[in-house]
Amino acid sequence: MHIPDGYLSPASCAVMYAAATPFWYRASQKVKWVLTAKMVPLIALFAAFSFVIMMFNVPLPGGTTGHAVGSTLVAIILGPWAAVIAISVALAIQALCFGDGGILAFGANCFNMAVVMPFVGYYIYRWISGRSELASLRRPIGAAIAGYVALSIAALFTAVEFGLQPYLFKAADGTPLYAPYGLSVAIPAMMGPHLLVASVVEALVTGSVIAYLQRVNQPLLMLTTELPAEARERAVASPRTRILWIGLAILITLAPLGLLAPGTAWGEWGGEELRELGLGFIPQGLERLGGIWPAPIPDYEVPGLNANLGYILSAVVGIVLVSLVTWLVSRMVVRQPTEI
Amino acid sequence: MSARGGFIERSIADIAATLEEAIFSEELARKEGLLQNLDPRVKVITFLALLLAVSLSKGLLIIVALYFLTLLLAWRSRIPLGFFIKRVWLVIPFFTGLVALPALFNIFTPGEPIVTLWQSDRFHLAITMQGLRTATFLVLRVGVSVSLAVLSVLTTPWATLLKALRILHLPQVFILILGMAYRYAFLLLHTANSMFLARQSRTVGQMTSGENRRWIAASASTLLAKSYHLSQGVYLAMLSRGFQGEAQMLGTFRLKPSDWLWGGTLLALALLAVLMGT
Repeated sequence: MHIPDGYLSPASCAVMYAAATPFWYRASQKVKWVLTAKMVPLIALFAAFSFVIMMFNVPLPGGTTGHAVGSTLVAIILGPWAAVIAISVALAIQALCFGDGGILAFGANCFNMAVVMPFVGYYIYRWISGRSELASLRRPIGAAIAGYVALSIAALFTAVEFGLQPYLFKAADGTPLYAPYGLSVAIPAMMGPHLLVASVVEALVTGSVIAYLQRVNQPLLMLTTELPAEARERAVASPRTRILWIGLAILITLAPLGLLAPGTAWGEWGGEELRELGLGFIPQGLERLGGIWPAPIPDYEVPGLNANLGYILSAVVGIVLVSLVTWLVSRMVVRQPTEI
Repeated sequence: MSARGGFIERSIADIAATLEEAIFSEELARKEGLLQNLDPRVKVITFLALLLAVSLSKGLLIIVALYFLTLLLAWRSRIPLGFFIKRVWLVIPFFTGLVALPALFNIFTPGEPIVTLWQSDRFHLAITMQGLRTATFLVLRVGVSVSLAVLSVLTTPWATLLKALRILHLPQVFILILGMAYRYAFLLLHTANSMFLARQSRTVGQMTSGENRRWIAASASTLLAKSYHLSQGVYLAMLSRGFQGEAQMLGTFRLKPSDWLWGGTLLALALLAVLMGT
């Protein structure tokens, strides 16, 4: 799952760095709120732990062995935000010292394994274990399912990143310049082995470690409730903001519907379309102003790209830009509470 | 130790290989050579530029030329070339080669056929020009990128590399965590190694797969608990030495004329490669 340099184009690498950066920033802020001094060795040691755990060979039923990633486990113990930093650090050591995972692709690797995995894993675990007792069977089961799903989704992200390359980056004669397989090959090729082997290893390790800790070391399972960051997080994420987030998610999922609708959005006609609509004349002002702002991505179509794909890509770029600007503005307007 | 071995033998072999690699790297990094003498900040910047050039290039020959540059630099840095080539190509690009293999054929990469392997009414199998090019691109890019990353690590002690990362404006606290994690990763590797050895030396006869999994879970949990307790101890030790949440680093670098010369040359070569490649 560690993407080496050469599979992704530099542009994709830049996009993935941009995707991971807000998480790194927010994580470092969260960690700062909880006494920097205490978190530094805690995160460092857990980074070292996840580095070592990736070296464990786990025997599988049937005689083969596989490696675990351990992101879900670290997220369950430390909470997702601290896990973002701990696993990113482990990945940095692997990339810098052992050439395992690329340096340009570091952002992509972190996004898949240090952002997607801990968040998916942590919230599935929390959802399944709910308010159950510390010794309840729901916890190891929840952890195993969380490990399975989190690794599979991370693998899916990796497959999509690979699979998009041949559509986006081709030489003049049609030679794909980076990862050569399209989505229809990359997704099954990645998902098959992961769903059958790697995710099973992850589920086994995550579930059985939580079961073991239940028997011998319950305090470790309560670490997240002790860390004040969690309490703050719950206070900040009020039901109202949560509804907003859900709404945004629904809107984003619905966005591709625009591909199905014919024609132009009502009231967003350009000069030529007005003429087609049967309008005899074009208001002079409109004609004059029409060319004043050449859009960077006209008609949401990226040149040299399949129209639908270009549309989706523009949507993603748009959402990222809008979120970034909103976030920057909100940071300027709302003063941060003074740090402890 | 048999090549197949059990999961314990494999884990011990993996850990030993990692430790060996790290120790050998540190040894090479302390030799006298071209890259060892280069200012680490210059090295970080120039190697990033070279990586980018490999990644941006649309010409195979340019990637090959950059590989020869890497070999030249390795040779001037007194890195045994056989070791360097083997270390790079035997693992990651080899695996990439397997990944790239199917891309040779017209099933995955349609294009002009160069070698037709099977021709019948319903089925046609050929290696295409486009397929050959895309597979070569992938393997070369991965191999040369890994070569560059490995070369920079082989010629820079880890502690120095960390200090040099400051030039990328990483927050100090990240660098502190990175350094600490690296240091304790080795302690935990040794601990895990002892656990595996202890288990292996006490095992007589066969264990079932279920028993083995339970044991692995127990060792992973013990290691987790150890990491946590160790972090508490480290925190107290830092506190008692006056740590107040701000990371301080000793030592500053100073650029020598040779740093300017080599840094400029390598950057120019990277730029040239980008310009010629696109």
